[in-house]
Amino acid sequence: MTKVRSATPTLIALAAALGAGIVLLLLMGAPPFEALWLLVEGSFGSASKISATLLAWSPLLLASAGLVVTFAAGLWNIGVEGQIVIGAVAATWIARTFPGPVWLVIVAAILAGAFGGMIWALLAGVLKTYGGVHEIFGGLGLDFVAAGLVVYLVLGPWQRTGVASTSGTDIFREEAWMPTFEAFGTDWPIIPVVLGLVSVLIVWVLLRGTRFGLRLKAVGSNPKSAFLIGIPTNRYLLGAFAIGGALAGIAGTVQVTAFHHKLVPSISGGYGFLGILVVLLASFSAVWVPPIALFFVAISVGSTQLDLRLGLDSAFGGVLQGTIVLFVMIGGAWSARRSSLSRNAPGEP
Amino acid sequence: MGEAESASPIALSGFGGSSSLRRMALEISDIYKHFGPVRANDGITFTVEEGSLHGVLGENGAGKSTLMKILSGFYEADSGEAILDGETLTLRSPADAIAAGIGMLHQDPLVFLPFTVLDNFALGSPGPIPLDRSTARDELARMSEQLGFHFDPSKLARDLTIGERQQLEITRLIWLGAKVLIFDEPTTGISATQRIQLFTTLNRLAETGLIVLFVSHKLEEVEELCDSVTVIRQGKVVFEAEMPVPSELLVEKMFGKVFHEEDRQPAPLGGPVLELEGIVLEEGTTRLDDLHLQTAAGEVVGLAGLEGSGQRTLLRACAGLLDPSSGRLLVDGNDLTKTSYRGHLAAGVHYLPAGRLEEGLVEGISISEHLVLSADDSSFFVDWKAADEAARQEIDKYSIKGTPTSPAEALSGGNQQRLLLAMIPDEVRLLLLEHPTRGLDVESAAYVWQRLLERRSDGTSIIFASADLDELLRYSDRIVVFFAGAVFALRDTSETDGEELGYLIGGKERV
Repeated sequence: MTKVRSATPTLIALAAALGAGIVLLLLMGAPPFEALWLLVEGSFGSASKISATLLAWSPLLLASAGLVVTFAAGLWNIGVEGQIVIGAVAATWIARTFPGPVWLVIVAAILAGAFGGMIWALLAGVLKTYGGVHEIFGGLGLDFVAAGLVVYLVLGPWQRTGVASTSGTDIFREEAWMPTFEAFGTDWPIIPVVLGLVSVLIVWVLLRGTRFGLRLKAVGSNPKSAFLIGIPTNRYLLGAFAIGGALAGIAGTVQVTAFHHKLVPSISGGYGFLGILVVLLASFSAVWVPPIALFFVAISVGSTQLDLRLGLDSAFGGVLQGTIVLFVMIGGAWSARRSSLSRNAPGEP
Repeated sequence: MGEAESASPIALSGFGGSSSLRRMALEISDIYKHFGPVRANDGITFTVEEGSLHGVLGENGAGKSTLMKILSGFYEADSGEAILDGETLTLRSPADAIAAGIGMLHQDPLVFLPFTVLDNFALGSPGPIPLDRSTARDELARMSEQLGFHFDPSKLARDLTIGERQQLEITRLIWLGAKVLIFDEPTTGISATQRIQLFTTLNRLAETGLIVLFVSHKLEEVEELCDSVTVIRQGKVVFEAEMPVPSELLVEKMFGKVFHEEDRQPAPLGGPVLELEGIVLEEGTTRLDDLHLQTAAGEVVGLAGLEGSGQRTLLRACAGLLDPSSGRLLVDGNDLTKTSYRGHLAAGVHYLPAGRLEEGLVEGISISEHLVLSADDSSFFVDWKAADEAARQEIDKYSIKGTPTSPAEALSGGNQQRLLLAMIPDEVRLLLLEHPTRGLDVESAAYVWQRLLERRSDGTSIIFASADLDELLRYSDRIVVFFAGAVFALRDTSETDGEELGYLIGGKERV
């Protein structure tokens, strides 16, 4: 995992991705520049659109910050989706069960979400460290289990009054809504944004300034050496899972208490996988997570306009995100190859 | 040729058959291969004629494996060529090599364990994509009968012994038209009966007109088996002869002249540090049985032997990375037999494996960061300013060429080793080192030893494995010689010399 790289190949890659997007739009018979402008307008065109973009930004920040930690430990934490879902389930349980003033319910929901996500991540962690199950398979399996669980809850024990529906549970009572703040004629999701940004900051400090972070990086880059240096590697791997899972769980809390105000089957919003793309694009560094995550959610939020105004499928946003990551990865691999070729001839295979 | 072929019990088309009357020969001509600064092959030239069983002898790292990998297409030579039967060979891949008639049997036979014998045999055969199992079955039966092997085609390869897997590989390679067969240390891990069987096979293969290259570091086997021998040392051919040749000559050629250094400065010895009481260690094919060894404070014990003879197993067990199956391991009188690696660390045992960047340092992490990682400090936040300052002091103290922010991989081998020395805590009772000066220049090697020997006065006991006889004789108080996964001999350094060690490493007592 390269830590430092020059910006030039990234910029070239972004331009190439944009070019590919334009070609794709032309193939779909859409006016490319109008479509791209709609992406911008759809995400930043008005106060309420900016608010919607920020609300989507927060869970992605939380999920990505957690992924920065697990990537630092050398883990492919594919299970973030499931961790978000379990966090959302735990927060929903709090919201449905406990009466009380709004601040108490919300704090309890955040803690419950963090706990739920952490437990789910630790399951994958224990499977890896003590069960020898690669975290990709463990995480993927647990994603499916979580997805099944939420459908069961929505259609079963927590079904809507009247008739069970996959459209979700009943809307929470208002004490379980994360408070917003009104300005410029719309509601602003201040608490989720603060949660997201603070999590990024904490992760940045953790990896940069603490012994824990340094040891985690050592475990991630070379577990054998780290173990021989005397670091209890399994404990650190589990620690990384726990932190990543807790942050993902809080993202789940944000999804239910600030966005949907109910539990729905698609509660994760795909932020677990999108977070992986964000962190790859950020070269595994926390500093770059906020701007890249903002860029990504802007594409997601803005692409709903493509459907409304041009009749294009809003999936185009996802295609564009994926294309960007692919091109940047190719650019990174290409520049790494060039620099290694110029440094020395290939050695022993 | 004729004579060899008609006398052979196996008469087969393309079987070492050269069309002309001239004898087929493999000519290796001026082969060079460098890996960075290491000259693995430094102009190797020799010729082997058909029907001969030719030994290629040399100590670890002499360059024989590199040469064989070039011949079998795994590496491409920097320059030089291989000529078989008058034809210059293009060897860019293993497929090229086998098409050219060169087949290689690796130390671990390259069979696919979950496949059947038949599928292993048919694998890699040229031809259309659909596998013609019935033809392959007939061919396997025919070939194995001619070679005197017996296979059950439907048996899984994993159920075969190592010896049978070798036979399967031989059959397959000859079926594919190999005229030259290379055996790389083929007796590793096979039983005594299988060894006899293998030697019979090798003799018969040579009789049928094949060229058989037998690569080994085991003197005895080369003496028993080969018609002629080439000795390689430091990438060069240093000796060629028809067998038999006196053993001591071979030893001298393999290891070079090793002088017993009189400037050895043993330290006064203290009480026991490490005590091994009847310890039994099992790892892979290595089995160290009922080992008793005691080291004293201030003592240096060298572990000699060819790589993979059990030295690493012993070091790993002393470090707590391998649990003994029985016996006791004590350090300073404390029983550490079943204690974890971290327990050993806490007891003052420190292990430095050979792979500096693989099992010691972490790529992407700086000198400062390494020193922070190894420091005995548990504060949550790291004061990077202080850490860089401390790193600067260590860099001075150990004359490391680098800055606090240099990542480990940017350091040269010698500087990596110096960093590893700086990472050793002050209070160490037992220091376990694997090839502490491998790949270092003379100056760095001397420096490393100077630093290590300083620790003797603190009562540290040192055990190190090395392939360098000179290093073993110069720094050890006693030398344990390993051979074929067992302790073969134990000598006081003052009572032995390079020649004897050479014999012992090759598995022979001095005559």
